Amino acid sequence: MHYTLCDLIADLTQNSAEAQAKKITVELLETDKDLTVYIRDDGKGMSPEVLQKASNPFYTDGIKHPKRKIGLGIPFLIQTASDTEGSWDIQSKEGEGTTVTARFDLTNIDTPPIGDVPLLFRQILTFPGGCEMQIIRKKNTKTSEFEYDFLRSDLLDALGGLETAGDQALLLDFLQSQEDQSGD
Amino acid sequence: MAKMSLEELRKLRGEMQGEIKRREADGKSIQIIVGMGTCGIAAGAKDTLDSFISVLKDKGIADTAIIRQTGCMGMCANEPTVEVIVPDMPKVIYGNVTAEVAKEVVEKHILGKTLLDKQILDRPSIDIINK
Repeated sequence: MHYTLCDLIADLTQNSAEAQAKKITVELLETDKDLTVYIRDDGKGMSPEVLQKASNPFYTDGIKHPKRKIGLGIPFLIQTASDTEGSWDIQSKEGEGTTVTARFDLTNIDTPPIGDVPLLFRQILTFPGGCEMQIIRKKNTKTSEFEYDFLRSDLLDALGGLETAGDQALLLDFLQSQEDQSGD
Repeated sequence: MAKMSLEELRKLRGEMQGEIKRREADGKSIQIIVGMGTCGIAAGAKDTLDSFISVLKDKGIADTAIIRQTGCMGMCANEPTVEVIVPDMPKVIYGNVTAEVAKEVVEKHILGKTLLDKQILDRPSIDIINK
């Protein structure tokens, strides 16, 4: 199991980035009770047979590392959801893309902490490859309420680049400011 | 910090442009590539990445350093792994780069031009791989 839910989401988004997606959408909906996550891509997708195999930690497509026999991304999702009374689902069609849905019970003591969401978004927005990405966060709890929704292309346009440490530092400042509650 | 709009972000970026152009004239850039496979993430590579960015910013060299992420580099036992490319220095892959080690890499390798001997991972030479 990953240390935080954000780490798990980063890991699963990496799969989309490597599936030749043109657009990836990562959406996080949070209440006091649960966190629902959607990761949608229009990448190469998986056949039902491959999807079935992907839940086995001793399966990998063997493209990235020819002699490797393990792939832990999806098994970690299944393990985390099933050990903490959460739920998960993967819908995939070859040539059309994949949608991963997960719901985590935040009241379950075994659910890992959510982690730092602006850091997660910065991380996935700076993944290699130029695909479009949409990040959405909606939080509606007793203590805080906010939402934001951005496209990677708009952020790239505003910053002029996402490559340098300077760009990435500004990007984090920007994302953190979206969660500011001190009044607009 | 009050909520920033995309326009404000663009403006903030614009204010820094002069500074960046001056540095670009040097024509040499630093590259830091952090392994972000399942293994890297599990070992805390996100903290490493964050540490590099904030230390580079603190040292005032954030705009000369390119930060990239890559998948698993195949050395999962030594995650987080980081490749550091600095002009006039050998390309090096460091292992077990925690947030603290990342700070050391910036201070000693990038600024001090000295290798961190204990963190270097061996890479098989090309003649071995070809056999």
